[in-house]
Amino acid sequence: MSDQQPNGLQPAEATRSEPAFTPPTDIVETTAGVQMVLDMPGADPDTLDVTLDNRVLRISARSQSSGPDGYALVHAEYRDGSYERSFTVSEPIDVGRIEAVLKDGVLRLTLPKAAPSPAAKINVKAD
Amino acid sequence: MLHNLDNTGRGFDPVRQMRFAQRDMSRLFDNLRVAAPPEFPPMNVWAGSDGAVVTAEIPGVVPEELDIAVHQNTVTLRGRRTAQPPADDAVVHRQERITGAFARNLVLPFRVDGDRVKATFRNGVLRLDLPRPEADKPHKITVSRI
Repeated sequence: MSDQQPNGLQPAEATRSEPAFTPPTDIVETTAGVQMVLDMPGADPDTLDVTLDNRVLRISARSQSSGPDGYALVHAEYRDGSYERSFTVSEPIDVGRIEAVLKDGVLRLTLPKAAPSPAAKINVKAD
Repeated sequence: MLHNLDNTGRGFDPVRQMRFAQRDMSRLFDNLRVAAPPEFPPMNVWAGSDGAVVTAEIPGVVPEELDIAVHQNTVTLRGRRTAQPPADDAVVHRQERITGAFARNLVLPFRVDGDRVKATFRNGVLRLDLPRPEADKPHKITVSRI
């Protein structure tokens, strides 16, 4: 699995002025499948979008504003924005059994590997 | 001061020239400050008339295991992000998430009413409501005409 790189292309521009963050990701592969863990603090589960299209896995979500009413921001170390990241999946994945769980700001994706197609025996006819 | 005199006249003193150059370089690098690496967890501080609200991004932490202590005007936040040891046959492709213990101290410009501090955790963001004690709040004084 690798980060999808638009080779030689200009990166797409954002339509919103808010920043788009790349969530830090752990990727662990076992014989059964691929486990991905993404840190997305503040991400709204309703806006979370995970798609697998043509071997490109795309994850996006928007974070909710955490600003309390009647208070003024005096010190900021993080900002609200959207999360976006896409990966190219090299293994064939069983699309129907993909699981995504967003809990406490951490997205856990389980991508089970597709069962290998049984080896086909090809009969050779000799003339 | 003799060494502060300009290098004028016929005599050229290379040692003094080098000393000047050294001093200039020292001054140049004296102003250089390497930015501190960002602390974990990143925090936002909001101020209001009846206290402050602190929000911190700590995804993947069990909120029950967080250790939040308030003493006078200092708030201490301690916790741990546990790493799951990978299975025997697992291959780790990427490991970008921060794991381990963390601690942060926050000194506020006012005392905090420890009994009324409220902590809520939602979607990986911790919110601390830190109210000021009633006795400590600024009083409005009305002027009466005599």
